[in-house]
Amino acid sequence: MTTGAAAPSSPPASSVGGIGRVFEHRFLSYKRTFRASIFSSFLTPLLFLTAMGVGLGTYVDTQGALGGVPYIAFLAPGLLVATAMQAGSFESTFPIMGGLVWNRTFHAMYATPLRSRDIALGNLLWIAARLLMISTVFTAVIVLFGAALSPLVVFAIPVAVLTGLAFAAPIAAFSATQRTPDRFAAIFRFVITPLFIFSGTFFPVEGLPPLLRPLAWLTPLYHGGVLARGLSLGTIGTNPTPELALVHLAILLGFILVGTYAAIRTVDAKLVRG
Amino acid sequence: MPDTLVGTSAPDVAPPSTTSLIHARGLTKMFGDFTAVDAIDFDVAPGESFGFLGPNGAGKTSTMRMIGCVSPMSGGTLRILGQDPDRDGPRIRARLGVVPQQDTLDNELTVRENLLIYGRYFGLSRAECAKRADDLLDFAQLTERAGDQVEHLSGGMKRRLTIARSLINEPDLMLLDEPTTGLDPQARHLLWDRLYRLKQRGVTLVLTTHYMDEAEQLCDRLVVMDKARIVAEGSPRSLIERYSTREVTELRFAAGVQETLDGQLDGLAERIEKLPDRVLLYADDGEAAVAAAHARGLQPETVLVRRSTLEDVFLRLTGRSLIE
Repeated sequence: MTTGAAAPSSPPASSVGGIGRVFEHRFLSYKRTFRASIFSSFLTPLLFLTAMGVGLGTYVDTQGALGGVPYIAFLAPGLLVATAMQAGSFESTFPIMGGLVWNRTFHAMYATPLRSRDIALGNLLWIAARLLMISTVFTAVIVLFGAALSPLVVFAIPVAVLTGLAFAAPIAAFSATQRTPDRFAAIFRFVITPLFIFSGTFFPVEGLPPLLRPLAWLTPLYHGGVLARGLSLGTIGTNPTPELALVHLAILLGFILVGTYAAIRTVDAKLVRG
Repeated sequence: MPDTLVGTSAPDVAPPSTTSLIHARGLTKMFGDFTAVDAIDFDVAPGESFGFLGPNGAGKTSTMRMIGCVSPMSGGTLRILGQDPDRDGPRIRARLGVVPQQDTLDNELTVRENLLIYGRYFGLSRAECAKRADDLLDFAQLTERAGDQVEHLSGGMKRRLTIARSLINEPDLMLLDEPTTGLDPQARHLLWDRLYRLKQRGVTLVLTTHYMDEAEQLCDRLVVMDKARIVAEGSPRSLIERYSTREVTELRFAAGVQETLDGQLDGLAERIEKLPDRVLLYADDGEAAVAAAHARGLQPETVLVRRSTLEDVFLRLTGRSLIE
């Protein structure tokens, strides 16, 4: 077993391999709760679209407030990206702090050839996979409800994944700096929940007081919502225009890139500090 | 303690640095203004069992984390397996087996899954991971618990699993940071037995401990650390010979009596150490010291004559107990 200092050293794992192994670990843990997880992925859109889309929508549609678009068709893509936001935020708080502070499994990974950036990126890749599962199921339910007006709705799935990641990456960067989950409640209470309500999910941001409207631009949820809605309603190209659609997309990618870079830095700092 | 004690190792123990698995010179770790490790020198030879003995806060864990290539050094030279941790961290870590002070097992996975996924981190194929996992489960006496979730294991079983996990890559060097802290005596003995087997198989062990019995059982050679520095180095036996006497006599007096003994103990032994609850007489012949104490009319409530331990060495070197 001991070969001495002169033994040939095994080549270090490539970074891509390292990210894959972190992903593999998260997947192994997830398999345990797969059934319950898939069930709730179905249940959430089912309940929301039934209660708000069908129930509330019946009243809204009699007012003709949305220019002929059925309320459920307006609501569904908004709910899709809002659900991705919530899932992305949850997955990037407790599981990240858990691996660094509670069961310290990320420290166990770091004692092997894995690099700190493999650990940060592997976890974000796992969050992307979770978002893909959740968004795909959600979109399938939207289609079953007849709430998608265009086949382009399939492209709302990657938009939802990007929206979820636009929250997950910066929040993961923050979570890696925390020793206790105390501030996570504040994130959900003062950021995620208000955004869920006021970023164009349930009503157009044009319905907000004029002073608050520009604030919507600062949140990834608004941009993801406009894109997903344009795809689901089939209005993309005119509403939003191609130029505007690219701006929305660029803003989402900007949040992801900056957040990912920050997460690599904060996860590394935490692993090195011990 | 004066610096002159540093590096006063017995001639039979200093290994040549050219074949060292670990080679450290002036190794330093700073956290802001705080010096956690203050320019220490040491070498660990292949096949050796090497220990860092010292109280909490002495700098043992900081040193181990630098050797483990997870904490960059602030100064000095460090070579592990002949390589530079700053440049070759992942490459070095591929050949280490690390047992951290705090368990880092995945409580949600089973015992066996913890081994399998850890093997994957080292780039082993799934088939190879499975084969090694079965052997290691046997070695750690956990075969019957293979399918159990880690959460349900006892503390001792978790430590054994952590040791088994650290062996999945067949490491050239094992780093154990306080491997038995917090375990009951039975679990500790079982763990020592497993570590002793590894040692016999030629695995190089580096461990930290604040238990002198652990150091005496497992270490061929050790350094005593105190306040970020190495204050002595040698084999457990040679340290005891150098810094203590063959036997130690412990006298316990009735409450309040010890404080009134001024001067009455002088000359009873080579050296006398007064602890809050007892008096230690350092003399090669313990029984003779007891007889001399009785001859002076001293009436301790209890008398214990025992062999010197590393605890006595530590007390001598630092004036303090290891576990306070």
